[in-house]
Amino acid sequence: MSEGHHIIPVWFFVGVILLIYGILILATGIYEFHSPPSTVLANLHPAVWWGVLLIILGGLFVYIHMPKKP
Amino acid sequence: MSLSLSFPLAMWWLAGSNPPGAAQRVILLHPVDLAIIVIYFVTVLGIGFYLKRYTKSGEGFFLAGREMTAWVAGLSFISANLGALELMGWASSAYQYGILAAHWYWIGAIPAILFLGLVMMPFYYISKTHSVPGYLKLRYGESARGLAALMFSFMTVLMAGIDMYAMALLMKVILGWNMHFSIWVSALTVAVYVALGGLFSAIFNEVLQFFLIWFGALLIPILGLIETGGWSGLVARIHQNFPQGDYTHLWRTLGHFADNPMGIHWTGIVFGLGWVISVGYWTTDFLVVQRVIAAKDIRAAKLAPIIGSYFKMAVPFIVILPGLLGLAVLPFKLVPANAVGPGQHGFNEVLPLMLARYCGPGLLGLGITALIAGFMSGMAGNVSAFATVWTYDLYRPFIRKGASDSHYVTMGRTCTILGMLVSIGTAYLAMQFMSIMDYVQALFSIFIAPLFGTVLLGMLWKRVTPAAGFWGLLAGSASSVAMFLLVKFNHSMLAYIALSSHAKDMAENMYRALWSWLICVIVTVVVTAFTKPKPVEELTGLVYGCTELPGEGHLPLWKRPVFWAGVSLALFLLLQWIFW
Repeated sequence: MSEGHHIIPVWFFVGVILLIYGILILATGIYEFHSPPSTVLANLHPAVWWGVLLIILGGLFVYIHMPKKP
Repeated sequence: MSLSLSFPLAMWWLAGSNPPGAAQRVILLHPVDLAIIVIYFVTVLGIGFYLKRYTKSGEGFFLAGREMTAWVAGLSFISANLGALELMGWASSAYQYGILAAHWYWIGAIPAILFLGLVMMPFYYISKTHSVPGYLKLRYGESARGLAALMFSFMTVLMAGIDMYAMALLMKVILGWNMHFSIWVSALTVAVYVALGGLFSAIFNEVLQFFLIWFGALLIPILGLIETGGWSGLVARIHQNFPQGDYTHLWRTLGHFADNPMGIHWTGIVFGLGWVISVGYWTTDFLVVQRVIAAKDIRAAKLAPIIGSYFKMAVPFIVILPGLLGLAVLPFKLVPANAVGPGQHGFNEVLPLMLARYCGPGLLGLGITALIAGFMSGMAGNVSAFATVWTYDLYRPFIRKGASDSHYVTMGRTCTILGMLVSIGTAYLAMQFMSIMDYVQALFSIFIAPLFGTVLLGMLWKRVTPAAGFWGLLAGSASSVAMFLLVKFNHSMLAYIALSSHAKDMAENMYRALWSWLICVIVTVVVTAFTKPKPVEELTGLVYGCTELPGEGHLPLWKRPVFWAGVSLALFLLLQWIFW
């Protein structure tokens, strides 16, 4: 989006949804230490590191593109 | 998904999918997966409601205010093309044909996208047109515009219906969801957020979809390559499971139609796919061009497709590689969809099977949401395109001229809803008559190659006359219809159209596109010789030689679109060499 417009940039919305998904997936991944799924390579705990990745990326997008008061 | 190059394969995927009632559910969702899906629906609706305040004018509703940055326009440009049907269809094609399927992402896209950015985008942008039919009106007059607009509006609303049906079928096959529920929930959601936010909504959600598709699908190739021990391990396992076929070479087996399972020749790939089909699609498809026209300035408009080319080049990683991994790691062989017996799975289930193999709760929901997002973005893109073509290229010039801007915005919102209702009808028709999809795909391939000829000549040769533009387009389309029907009613005619008795169905589209493009160009040139051109002063901003194109010499090298296009082309060539 151009910077002269007050519209919230699309990156903010992307950041919010990635952040929410990251939290849900990380929480699920932590739960899976007690109750692992029957997927291949579950021992690598992909939900944990993928959740962390989503939280970091989503958090960055939200922080950088947080709407500022005019 | 816009009308994409992969449509024929996608239709094959749909036609062969397990019929309702006989389906084995592939995936079981947990509450966290359902939460992820619901959050997606709430988000897209929320974005639509938020953006309504910015779409009160025609420029806002139909063109997203023409203020997209190069990155937003570029990601949306690629997302408009990358739909769930394409993901599913190409993964299953990769399982069947191996890495040959990657041609549709490399030679079938990269040179064409760069051509659009560097050569054609300046004319689309400088002419200030809102659409491809809009450019035809400026260059050739109302007849060419009317013909193109009728075809586009028909195709876009039918495609939205096919997307809807495809999503409902996918949800039925892999999740066991009721098809009516899937059709109506997805249709109503898309209708609401597009009617509210117009092209803004469509673009915003395409950018969202882009991230969801990558994060939803990327784990499959990552974990798959860990499981196989890298690319060499993958190749070794494929050879072990399928010792007869060559699934991992891109060009080596294209010397003869009979040497490869696709039944294609390198001339068809290079000249049919690489030139006519791909350049025709990427430079004239309404959806993808509309996203770039919404860019904030000409440099952003040129850069947007170039940025998109890098991501397009990377798509085989999440689409083709899962299909290859399926060949390597699945403990059972997949079969053609029409031969699926109890306990078996068809080629078309390779992507959901790989998703279920590696992704537990949460990650599975993300993957399914990515597929749903892909389908819904496709529907939204087609419906917003229909609203624009109908309002600006048919209703305004032919039915109600000179009305106020707010009248046309109201028409845009209204025909979004009506277009969606027609699409729902198409979805139900497709449920009853699978062959309708054959005809929708034919419509696309019939039109796009001649349209490319008409637009290209119009942009590069100022002598082409308005009459020649119309008659060339009509002749090219008519010849394509004739070739399609010829092969439909007498399959042996394929040998003549593809110039070889060993050619298979995949070759038909390529050669038919080539011939219809040639016929369009020849007729355009001949009619031009006998008709009167427009005065040069009316061609300013529309044609090479009559348009002052802004230079880039004053910019540092790294800011010039041509530099990044060169890097993209170099990467493309490197990939051809690596996977030769």
